Amino acid sequence: MTATSRPMIEVTGVSKFFGSFQALKDISFTVTDGEKVVIIGPSGSGKSTILRSINCLESIDRGKIIVDGMDVSDPTTDICKVREEVGMVFQSFNLFPHKTVLENLTLAQTVVRKRSKSEAEDIAMELLHKVNITEKASAYPAKLSGGQQQRVAIARSLAMNPKAILFDEPTSALDPEMIGEVLDVMKTLALEGMTMVVVTHEMGFAREVADRVIFMDHGSIVEEGTPEHFFTAPNHERAKLFLSQIL
Amino acid sequence: MINKQSTHTPIEVGDGAAIPHKDDSGLFTAWRIAFFGAIILCLFLAFGRSEQYLAIFKFVPDGILVTFKVTIGAILLSIVFGLIAGLGRISSNRLINGTASLYVEVIRGIPLLVQLFYIYYALGRFIRIPDILSAIIAMAFCYGAYMAEIFRAGIQSIPKGQIEAALSLGMSRRQAMQQVILPQAFKVVLPPIGNEFIALLKDSSLVSILAVADLLRRGREYASETFNYFETYTVIALIYLIMTLFFSKLISLMEEKLNDGH
Repeated sequence: MTATSRPMIEVTGVSKFFGSFQALKDISFTVTDGEKVVIIGPSGSGKSTILRSINCLESIDRGKIIVDGMDVSDPTTDICKVREEVGMVFQSFNLFPHKTVLENLTLAQTVVRKRSKSEAEDIAMELLHKVNITEKASAYPAKLSGGQQQRVAIARSLAMNPKAILFDEPTSALDPEMIGEVLDVMKTLALEGMTMVVVTHEMGFAREVADRVIFMDHGSIVEEGTPEHFFTAPNHERAKLFLSQIL
Repeated sequence: MINKQSTHTPIEVGDGAAIPHKDDSGLFTAWRIAFFGAIILCLFLAFGRSEQYLAIFKFVPDGILVTFKVTIGAILLSIVFGLIAGLGRISSNRLINGTASLYVEVIRGIPLLVQLFYIYYALGRFIRIPDILSAIIAMAFCYGAYMAEIFRAGIQSIPKGQIEAALSLGMSRRQAMQQVILPQAFKVVLPPIGNEFIALLKDSSLVSILAVADLLRRGREYASETFNYFETYTVIALIYLIMTLFFSKLISLMEEKLNDGH
Protein backbone atom coordinates (compact mmCIF):
# COMPACT_ATOMS: atom_id res chain seq x y z
CA MET A 1 0.00 0.00 0.00
CA THR A 2 1.34 3.37 -0.91
CA ALA A 3 0.03 5.88 1.56
CA THR A 4 0.34 9.40 0.29
CA SER A 5 2.14 11.75 2.61
CA ARG A 6 -0.68 14.29 2.70
CA PRO A 7 -1.47 14.89 6.40
CA MET A 8 -5.08 14.12 7.35
CA ILE A 9 -4.87 14.80 11.08
CA GLU A 10 -2.19 17.01 12.61
CA VAL A 11 -2.01 17.26 16.37
CA THR A 12 0.47 19.81 17.65
CA GLY A 13 1.35 20.48 21.28
CA VAL A 14 -2.07 19.66 22.67
CA SER A 15 -2.72 19.93 26.40
CA LYS A 16 -5.97 19.48 28.25
CA PHE A 17 -6.96 19.93 31.85
CA PHE A 18 -9.88 18.53 33.80
CA GLY A 19 -9.82 21.04 36.64
CA SER A 20 -6.27 20.83 37.98
CA PHE A 21 -5.68 17.36 36.52
CA GLN A 22 -3.73 17.43 33.29
CA ALA A 23 -5.24 14.79 31.02
CA LEU A 24 -3.07 15.55 27.99
CA LYS A 25 0.50 16.83 28.15
CA ASP A 26 1.87 18.42 25.01
CA ILE A 27 0.71 15.73 22.59
CA SER A 28 1.90 15.89 18.98
CA PHE A 29 1.45 13.43 16.15
CA THR A 30 0.40 13.34 12.53
CA VAL A 31 -1.79 10.87 10.70
CA THR A 32 -1.35 10.91 6.95
CA ASP A 33 -4.01 10.07 4.40
CA GLY A 34 -4.67 6.32 4.36
CA GLU A 35 -2.60 5.64 7.45
CA LYS A 36 -3.77 3.36 10.28
CA VAL A 37 -2.65 4.50 13.70
CA VAL A 38 -3.38 2.49 16.83
CA ILE A 39 -3.20 4.25 20.19
CA ILE A 40 -2.66 1.99 23.16
CA GLY A 41 -1.94 2.51 26.82
CA PRO A 42 -3.32 1.88 30.29
CA SER A 43 -6.70 3.32 31.29
CA GLY A 44 -6.55 6.96 32.26
CA SER A 45 -3.59 7.56 29.97
CA GLY A 46 -5.54 10.08 27.89
CA LYS A 47 -5.90 8.00 24.72
CA SER A 48 -9.69 8.38 24.48
CA THR A 49 -9.42 12.07 25.36
CA ILE A 50 -7.06 12.83 22.49
CA LEU A 51 -9.23 10.80 20.11
CA ARG A 52 -12.34 12.70 21.20
CA SER A 53 -10.63 16.05 20.85
CA ILE A 54 -9.88 15.33 17.19
CA ASN A 55 -13.56 15.79 16.35
CA CYS A 56 -14.07 18.30 19.12
CA LEU A 57 -16.16 16.19 21.48
CA GLU A 58 -13.57 17.40 24.00
CA SER A 59 -12.21 20.92 23.93
CA ILE A 60 -8.50 21.44 24.31
CA ASP A 61 -6.74 24.06 26.42
CA ARG A 62 -3.50 24.44 24.48
CA GLY A 63 -2.16 23.43 21.12
CA LYS A 64 -3.63 22.92 17.69
CA ILE A 65 -5.49 20.17 15.86
CA ILE A 66 -5.89 20.36 12.11
CA VAL A 67 -8.15 17.89 10.35
CA ASP A 68 -8.15 17.81 6.56
CA GLY A 69 -6.92 21.38 6.49
CA MET A 70 -9.53 22.66 8.96
CA ASP A 71 -8.37 24.02 12.31
CA VAL A 72 -10.51 22.27 14.95
CA SER A 73 -9.16 24.45 17.76
CA ASP A 74 -10.17 27.67 15.99
CA PRO A 75 -13.58 28.77 17.30
CA THR A 76 -14.53 30.23 13.90
CA THR A 77 -14.24 26.83 12.21
CA ASP A 78 -17.57 25.19 11.46
CA ILE A 79 -17.11 22.14 13.63
CA CYS A 80 -19.98 20.32 11.90
CA LYS A 81 -17.97 20.37 8.68
CA VAL A 82 -15.04 18.68 10.44
CA ARG A 83 -17.32 16.07 11.95
CA GLU A 84 -18.89 15.34 8.56
CA GLU A 85 -15.47 14.32 7.30
CA VAL A 86 -14.38 12.35 10.35
CA GLY A 87 -16.47 9.38 11.46
CA MET A 88 -16.51 8.15 15.02
CA VAL A 89 -17.24 4.73 16.47
CA PHE A 90 -17.88 4.54 20.20
CA GLN A 91 -17.27 1.89 22.82
CA SER A 92 -20.98 1.86 23.69
CA PHE A 93 -22.15 1.89 20.02
CA ASN A 94 -24.60 4.77 20.66
CA LEU A 95 -27.06 3.69 18.01
CA PHE A 96 -30.29 5.69 18.08
CA PRO A 97 -32.73 3.36 19.90
CA HIS A 98 -35.88 5.01 18.50
CA LYS A 99 -34.82 4.41 14.90
CA THR A 100 -34.48 1.19 12.96
CA VAL A 101 -31.09 0.01 11.77
CA LEU A 102 -31.82 1.41 8.32
CA GLU A 103 -32.99 4.75 9.74
CA ASN A 104 -29.85 4.92 11.88
CA LEU A 105 -27.88 4.86 8.64
CA THR A 106 -30.07 7.23 6.66
CA LEU A 107 -30.68 9.94 9.29
CA ALA A 108 -27.45 11.91 9.00
CA GLN A 109 -27.30 11.29 5.24
CA THR A 110 -30.63 13.03 4.70
CA VAL A 111 -30.28 15.68 7.42
CA VAL A 112 -26.62 16.60 6.96
CA ARG A 113 -25.66 15.46 3.46
CA LYS A 114 -29.11 16.36 2.10
CA ARG A 115 -29.41 13.14 0.13
CA SER A 116 -32.82 11.97 -0.98
CA LYS A 117 -34.46 9.24 1.06
CA SER A 118 -34.12 6.62 -1.67
CA GLU A 119 -30.50 7.49 -2.38
CA ALA A 120 -29.70 7.32 1.34
CA GLU A 121 -31.46 3.97 1.64
CA ASP A 122 -29.54 2.53 -1.30
CA ILE A 123 -26.26 3.60 0.26
CA ALA A 124 -27.40 2.27 3.63
CA MET A 125 -28.33 -1.15 2.26
CA GLU A 126 -25.04 -1.38 0.44
CA LEU A 127 -23.17 -0.66 3.66
CA LEU A 128 -25.29 -3.09 5.67
CA HIS A 129 -24.37 -5.67 3.09
CA LYS A 130 -20.74 -4.76 3.57
CA VAL A 131 -20.92 -5.27 7.35
CA ASN A 132 -22.97 -8.39 6.70
CA ILE A 133 -26.15 -7.47 8.50
CA THR A 134 -28.77 -6.72 5.82
CA GLU A 135 -31.34 -9.02 7.44
CA LYS A 136 -31.63 -6.66 10.41
CA ALA A 137 -32.32 -3.51 8.39
CA SER A 138 -35.83 -3.01 9.73
CA ALA A 139 -35.06 -4.14 13.30
CA TYR A 140 -34.56 -1.76 16.22
CA PRO A 141 -31.07 -1.68 17.78
CA ALA A 142 -32.32 -3.25 21.04
CA LYS A 143 -32.97 -6.48 19.13
CA LEU A 144 -29.34 -6.76 17.99
CA SER A 145 -26.36 -8.32 19.74
CA GLY A 146 -23.48 -6.09 20.77
CA GLY A 147 -21.37 -7.19 17.84
CA GLN A 148 -24.20 -6.51 15.42
CA GLN A 149 -24.82 -3.10 16.96
CA GLN A 150 -21.18 -2.15 16.62
CA ARG A 151 -21.11 -3.26 12.98
CA VAL A 152 -24.19 -1.11 12.34
CA ALA A 153 -22.45 1.78 14.10
CA ILE A 154 -19.47 1.39 11.78
CA ALA A 155 -21.80 1.31 8.76
CA ARG A 156 -23.59 4.40 10.08
CA SER A 157 -20.34 6.26 10.23
CA LEU A 158 -19.33 5.04 6.74
CA ALA A 159 -22.61 6.29 5.31
CA MET A 160 -21.29 9.83 5.59
CA ASN A 161 -18.31 8.94 3.34
CA PRO A 162 -15.81 10.13 5.93
CA LYS A 163 -12.19 10.72 5.04
CA ALA A 164 -11.10 9.20 8.33
CA ILE A 165 -12.70 7.20 11.13
CA LEU A 166 -11.89 7.37 14.83
CA PHE A 167 -12.51 4.20 16.85
CA ASP A 168 -12.80 4.65 20.60
CA GLU A 169 -12.30 1.19 22.12
CA PRO A 170 -14.78 -0.35 19.67
CA THR A 171 -14.59 -3.87 21.09
CA SER A 172 -14.24 -3.16 24.82
CA ALA A 173 -17.96 -3.49 25.56
CA LEU A 174 -18.36 -6.71 23.58
CA ASP A 175 -18.57 -10.32 24.66
CA PRO A 176 -15.38 -12.14 23.60
CA GLU A 177 -17.07 -14.18 20.88
CA MET A 178 -18.30 -11.01 19.15
CA ILE A 179 -15.00 -9.18 19.05
CA GLY A 180 -13.84 -11.04 15.95
CA GLU A 181 -16.75 -10.01 13.73
CA VAL A 182 -16.17 -6.32 14.52
CA LEU A 183 -12.42 -6.55 14.03
CA ASP A 184 -13.01 -8.26 10.68
CA VAL A 185 -15.04 -5.30 9.47
CA MET A 186 -12.32 -2.94 10.65
CA LYS A 187 -9.66 -4.97 8.88
CA THR A 188 -11.66 -4.79 5.65
CA LEU A 189 -11.80 -1.02 5.99
CA ALA A 190 -8.09 -0.89 6.60
CA LEU A 191 -7.44 -2.91 3.45
CA GLU A 192 -9.58 -0.50 1.46
CA GLY A 193 -7.29 2.30 2.51
CA MET A 194 -9.45 4.12 5.04
CA THR A 195 -7.56 6.48 7.33
CA MET A 196 -8.08 5.12 10.82
CA VAL A 197 -7.16 6.11 14.34
CA VAL A 198 -7.98 3.30 16.73
CA VAL A 199 -7.86 3.28 20.50
CA THR A 200 -7.92 -0.36 21.50
CA HIS A 201 -6.67 -3.09 23.79
CA GLU A 202 -6.67 -5.62 20.94
CA MET A 203 -2.95 -6.13 20.49
CA GLY A 204 -3.42 -8.71 17.73
CA PHE A 205 -5.33 -6.13 15.70
CA ALA A 206 -2.69 -3.48 16.34
CA ARG A 207 0.03 -5.82 15.22
CA GLU A 208 -1.77 -6.87 12.08
CA VAL A 209 -3.31 -3.65 10.87
CA ALA A 210 -1.42 -0.68 12.28
CA ASP A 211 1.09 1.27 10.26
CA ARG A 212 2.13 2.91 13.48
CA VAL A 213 1.53 2.36 17.19
CA ILE A 214 1.38 5.20 19.68
CA PHE A 215 1.81 4.25 23.32
CA MET A 216 0.47 6.73 25.87
CA ASP A 217 0.82 6.93 29.62
CA HIS A 218 -0.22 9.67 32.08
CA GLY A 219 -1.29 11.99 29.30
CA SER A 220 1.93 11.82 27.30
CA ILE A 221 3.11 9.90 24.27
CA VAL A 222 5.78 7.61 25.66
CA GLU A 223 6.66 5.72 22.52
CA GLU A 224 5.76 5.77 18.86
CA GLY A 225 6.79 3.38 16.11
CA THR A 226 5.99 0.51 13.82
CA PRO A 227 4.14 -2.41 15.39
CA GLU A 228 7.07 -4.78 14.77
CA HIS A 229 9.38 -2.52 16.68
CA PHE A 230 6.94 -1.70 19.44
CA PHE A 231 5.83 -5.24 20.17
CA THR A 232 9.24 -6.90 19.90
CA ALA A 233 11.68 -4.31 21.23
CA PRO A 234 10.06 -1.28 22.88
CA ASN A 235 12.51 1.36 24.02
CA HIS A 236 10.83 2.46 27.24
CA GLU A 237 10.47 0.59 30.49
CA ARG A 238 6.87 1.71 30.86
CA ALA A 239 5.97 0.23 27.49
CA LYS A 240 7.80 -3.01 28.32
CA LEU A 241 5.90 -3.28 31.60
CA PHE A 242 2.57 -2.61 29.88
CA LEU A 243 3.22 -5.21 27.22
CA SER A 244 4.31 -7.82 29.76
CA GLN A 245 1.05 -7.27 31.63
CA ILE A 246 -1.22 -7.34 28.63
CA LEU A 247 0.30 -9.99 26.38
CA MET B 1 -31.88 0.49 40.32
CA ILE B 2 -32.09 1.85 43.84
CA ASN B 3 -28.95 3.48 45.11
CA LYS B 4 -27.92 1.23 47.97
CA GLN B 5 -25.63 3.79 49.49
CA SER B 6 -28.26 6.35 50.27
CA THR B 7 -29.76 5.92 53.69
CA HIS B 8 -33.30 6.56 52.49
CA THR B 9 -34.96 6.09 49.17
CA PRO B 10 -36.54 9.26 47.82
CA ILE B 11 -40.28 9.12 47.47
CA GLU B 12 -42.21 10.66 44.64
CA VAL B 13 -45.41 12.47 45.40
CA GLY B 14 -47.09 13.87 42.33
CA ASP B 15 -49.76 16.49 42.67
CA GLY B 16 -51.90 14.78 40.06
CA ALA B 17 -54.06 11.73 40.45
CA ALA B 18 -52.14 8.51 40.87
CA ILE B 19 -52.06 6.83 37.50
CA PRO B 20 -53.00 3.20 38.01
CA HIS B 21 -50.50 0.65 36.86
CA LYS B 22 -51.56 -2.65 35.40
CA ASP B 23 -49.61 -4.68 37.93
CA ASP B 24 -50.89 -2.68 40.85
CA SER B 25 -54.05 -4.61 41.60
CA GLY B 26 -54.83 -2.68 44.79
CA LEU B 27 -54.89 0.62 42.98
CA PHE B 28 -56.75 -0.87 40.09
CA THR B 29 -59.52 -2.03 42.37
CA ALA B 30 -59.65 1.35 44.03
CA TRP B 31 -59.94 2.94 40.61
CA ARG B 32 -62.79 0.62 39.66
CA ILE B 33 -64.75 1.21 42.82
CA ALA B 34 -64.34 4.96 42.57
CA PHE B 35 -65.06 5.21 38.85
CA PHE B 36 -68.02 2.89 38.54
CA GLY B 37 -69.28 3.88 41.98
CA ALA B 38 -69.35 7.51 40.88
CA ILE B 39 -71.18 6.68 37.64
CA ILE B 40 -73.76 4.53 39.41
CA LEU B 41 -74.27 7.23 42.02
CA CYS B 42 -74.78 9.80 39.28
CA LEU B 43 -77.37 7.64 37.55
CA PHE B 44 -79.07 6.92 40.84
CA LEU B 45 -79.25 10.61 41.69
CA ALA B 46 -80.37 11.69 38.23
CA PHE B 47 -83.16 9.16 37.86
CA GLY B 48 -83.96 8.58 41.51
CA ARG B 49 -86.60 10.05 43.75
CA SER B 50 -86.12 13.76 43.40
CA GLU B 51 -86.14 15.86 40.23
CA GLN B 52 -83.61 18.28 41.72
CA TYR B 53 -80.54 16.34 40.67
CA LEU B 54 -81.70 15.84 37.11
CA ALA B 55 -82.14 19.60 36.82
CA ILE B 56 -78.53 20.10 37.93
CA PHE B 57 -77.28 17.56 35.42
CA LYS B 58 -79.15 19.43 32.72
CA PHE B 59 -77.74 22.79 33.80
CA VAL B 60 -73.99 22.08 33.92
CA PRO B 61 -72.93 20.37 30.64
CA ASP B 62 -71.83 23.57 28.90
CA GLY B 63 -69.62 24.14 31.95
CA ILE B 64 -67.99 20.77 31.34
CA LEU B 65 -67.27 21.87 27.79
CA VAL B 66 -65.61 25.07 29.04
CA THR B 67 -63.57 23.08 31.57
CA PHE B 68 -62.33 20.89 28.74
CA LYS B 69 -61.53 23.85 26.56
CA VAL B 70 -59.52 25.49 29.33
CA THR B 71 -57.74 22.27 30.26
CA ILE B 72 -56.81 21.19 26.76
CA GLY B 73 -55.90 24.68 25.62
CA ALA B 74 -53.77 25.21 28.71
CA ILE B 75 -52.01 21.87 28.54
CA LEU B 76 -51.06 22.34 24.88
CA LEU B 77 -49.85 25.87 25.46
CA SER B 78 -48.01 24.87 28.64
CA ILE B 79 -46.17 22.18 26.68
CA VAL B 80 -44.97 24.89 24.32
CA PHE B 81 -43.93 27.16 27.22
CA GLY B 82 -42.42 24.20 29.05
CA LEU B 83 -40.40 23.00 26.08
CA ILE B 84 -38.98 26.45 25.45
CA ALA B 85 -38.17 27.05 29.12
CA GLY B 86 -36.90 23.49 29.56
CA LEU B 87 -34.49 23.90 26.65
CA GLY B 88 -33.54 27.25 28.15
CA ARG B 89 -32.74 25.56 31.45
CA ILE B 90 -30.15 23.34 29.80
CA SER B 91 -28.76 26.03 27.54
CA SER B 92 -25.13 26.98 28.07
CA ASN B 93 -26.02 30.58 27.19
CA ARG B 94 -26.05 32.38 30.54
CA LEU B 95 -28.75 34.86 29.61
CA ILE B 96 -31.15 32.26 28.23
CA ASN B 97 -30.43 29.88 31.08
CA GLY B 98 -30.87 32.65 33.66
CA THR B 99 -34.16 33.83 32.17
CA ALA B 100 -35.59 30.32 32.01
CA SER B 101 -34.47 29.52 35.55
CA LEU B 102 -35.93 32.77 36.84
CA TYR B 103 -39.26 31.98 35.18
CA VAL B 104 -39.35 28.55 36.77
CA GLU B 105 -38.35 29.78 40.24
CA VAL B 106 -40.72 32.74 40.30
CA ILE B 107 -43.73 30.84 39.00
CA ARG B 108 -43.22 27.92 41.34
CA GLY B 109 -42.99 30.26 44.29
CA ILE B 110 -46.36 31.98 43.82
CA PRO B 111 -49.71 30.29 44.49
CA LEU B 112 -51.57 29.40 41.33
CA LEU B 113 -54.67 31.35 42.33
CA VAL B 114 -52.64 34.53 42.89
CA GLN B 115 -50.96 34.10 39.51
CA LEU B 116 -54.29 33.54 37.83
CA PHE B 117 -55.63 36.82 39.17
CA TYR B 118 -52.42 38.59 38.34
CA ILE B 119 -52.01 37.43 34.76
CA TYR B 120 -55.72 37.64 34.04
CA TYR B 121 -56.00 41.24 35.16
CA ALA B 122 -52.60 42.19 33.77
CA LEU B 123 -53.60 40.85 30.38
CA GLY B 124 -57.00 42.52 30.64
CA ARG B 125 -55.36 45.84 31.29
CA PHE B 126 -53.29 45.94 28.13
CA ILE B 127 -55.08 43.87 25.55
CA ARG B 128 -58.67 42.96 24.85
CA ILE B 129 -58.93 39.21 24.54
CA PRO B 130 -61.78 36.86 25.44
CA ASP B 131 -61.96 35.83 29.09
CA ILE B 132 -61.51 32.17 28.31
CA LEU B 133 -58.37 32.86 26.31
CA SER B 134 -56.74 34.87 29.06
CA ALA B 135 -57.65 32.14 31.54
CA ILE B 136 -55.97 29.60 29.27
CA ILE B 137 -52.88 31.74 28.89
CA ALA B 138 -52.67 32.29 32.64
CA MET B 139 -53.00 28.59 33.42
CA ALA B 140 -50.50 27.66 30.72
CA PHE B 141 -48.00 30.22 31.97
CA CYS B 142 -48.12 28.69 35.45
CA TYR B 143 -48.04 25.10 34.33
CA GLY B 144 -45.30 25.85 31.82
CA ALA B 145 -42.88 26.26 34.72
CA TYR B 146 -43.62 22.77 35.97
CA MET B 147 -43.53 21.42 32.42
CA ALA B 148 -40.11 23.04 31.97
CA GLU B 149 -38.72 20.94 34.79
CA ILE B 150 -40.27 17.82 33.30
CA PHE B 151 -38.72 18.52 29.91
CA ARG B 152 -35.36 19.40 31.45
CA ALA B 153 -35.29 16.14 33.39
CA GLY B 154 -36.50 14.18 30.37
CA ILE B 155 -33.82 15.58 28.08
CA GLN B 156 -31.11 15.07 30.68
CA SER B 157 -32.17 11.46 31.15
CA ILE B 158 -31.03 10.62 27.61
CA PRO B 159 -27.47 9.21 27.71
CA LYS B 160 -24.72 11.60 26.67
CA GLY B 161 -23.53 9.13 24.02
CA GLN B 162 -26.64 9.88 21.99
CA ILE B 163 -25.84 13.55 21.46
CA GLU B 164 -22.19 12.69 20.87
CA ALA B 165 -23.11 10.15 18.20
CA ALA B 166 -25.40 12.65 16.50
CA LEU B 167 -22.80 15.43 16.62
CA SER B 168 -20.03 13.19 15.36
CA LEU B 169 -22.18 12.43 12.31
CA GLY B 170 -22.01 16.12 11.48
CA MET B 171 -25.40 17.16 12.82
CA SER B 172 -25.76 20.59 14.38
CA ARG B 173 -26.88 20.80 18.03
CA ARG B 174 -30.33 21.79 16.83
CA GLN B 175 -30.59 18.85 14.44
CA ALA B 176 -29.32 16.46 17.11
CA MET B 177 -31.92 17.80 19.53
CA GLN B 178 -34.77 17.52 17.02
CA GLN B 179 -33.87 14.20 15.46
CA VAL B 180 -32.28 12.26 18.27
CA ILE B 181 -32.80 13.68 21.76
CA LEU B 182 -36.36 15.05 21.79
CA PRO B 183 -38.02 11.98 20.21
CA GLN B 184 -36.45 9.85 22.94
CA ALA B 185 -37.15 12.38 25.68
CA PHE B 186 -40.80 12.55 24.61
CA LYS B 187 -41.32 8.97 25.66
CA VAL B 188 -39.80 9.69 29.05
CA VAL B 189 -41.85 12.81 29.72
CA LEU B 190 -45.21 11.42 28.64
CA PRO B 191 -46.17 9.90 32.02
CA PRO B 192 -45.34 13.04 34.04
CA ILE B 193 -47.13 15.17 31.42
CA GLY B 194 -50.14 12.90 31.90
CA ASN B 195 -49.99 13.63 35.61
CA GLU B 196 -49.82 17.35 34.91
CA PHE B 197 -52.85 17.03 32.67
CA ILE B 198 -54.90 15.51 35.48
CA ALA B 199 -53.65 18.13 37.91
CA LEU B 200 -54.50 20.86 35.42
CA LEU B 201 -57.97 19.44 34.88
CA LYS B 202 -58.61 19.83 38.59
CA ASP B 203 -56.88 23.17 38.93
CA SER B 204 -58.92 24.51 36.01
CA SER B 205 -61.74 24.86 38.55
CA LEU B 206 -59.82 27.91 39.83
CA VAL B 207 -60.77 29.84 36.70
CA SER B 208 -64.34 29.86 37.98
CA ILE B 209 -63.18 32.75 40.17
CA LEU B 210 -62.59 34.71 36.97
CA ALA B 211 -65.42 35.39 34.57
CA VAL B 212 -65.16 31.97 32.93
CA ALA B 213 -68.26 29.78 33.01
CA ASP B 214 -66.56 26.44 33.67
CA LEU B 215 -68.08 23.47 35.45
CA LEU B 216 -67.64 24.84 38.96
CA ARG B 217 -68.86 28.29 37.96
CA ARG B 218 -71.99 26.82 36.40
CA GLY B 219 -72.56 24.92 39.61
CA ARG B 220 -72.24 28.09 41.64
CA GLU B 221 -74.66 29.87 39.35
CA TYR B 222 -77.19 27.10 39.74
CA ALA B 223 -76.74 26.84 43.48
CA SER B 224 -77.14 30.55 44.07
CA GLU B 225 -80.40 30.51 42.15
CA THR B 226 -81.91 27.47 43.78
CA PHE B 227 -80.09 27.42 47.13
CA ASN B 228 -79.52 23.68 46.61
CA TYR B 229 -75.87 23.98 47.60
CA PHE B 230 -75.38 20.46 48.90
CA GLU B 231 -76.99 18.76 45.91
CA THR B 232 -75.19 20.95 43.38
CA TYR B 233 -71.72 20.47 44.80
CA THR B 234 -72.30 16.74 45.15
CA VAL B 235 -72.96 16.58 41.43
CA ILE B 236 -70.01 18.85 40.58
CA ALA B 237 -67.63 16.75 42.67
CA LEU B 238 -68.88 13.54 41.07
CA ILE B 239 -68.42 14.91 37.57
CA TYR B 240 -64.86 16.03 38.33
CA LEU B 241 -64.15 12.64 39.86
CA ILE B 242 -65.42 10.75 36.84
CA MET B 243 -63.40 12.97 34.49
CA THR B 244 -60.11 12.65 36.35
CA LEU B 245 -60.49 8.90 36.84
CA PHE B 246 -61.37 8.44 33.21
CA PHE B 247 -58.35 10.38 32.00
CA SER B 248 -55.92 8.79 34.42
CA LYS B 249 -57.00 5.40 33.10
CA LEU B 250 -56.66 6.58 29.54
CA ILE B 251 -53.16 7.87 30.22
CA SER B 252 -52.07 4.64 31.87
CA LEU B 253 -53.34 2.70 28.86
CA MET B 254 -51.44 5.00 26.53
CA GLU B 255 -48.32 4.49 28.61
CA GLU B 256 -48.65 0.72 28.45
CA LYS B 257 -49.06 0.88 24.71
CA LEU B 258 -45.96 3.04 24.42
CA ASN B 259 -43.94 0.57 26.48
CA ASP B 260 -45.16 -2.37 24.43
CA GLY B 261 -43.75 -0.78 21.28
CA HIS B 262 -40.19 -1.73 20.39
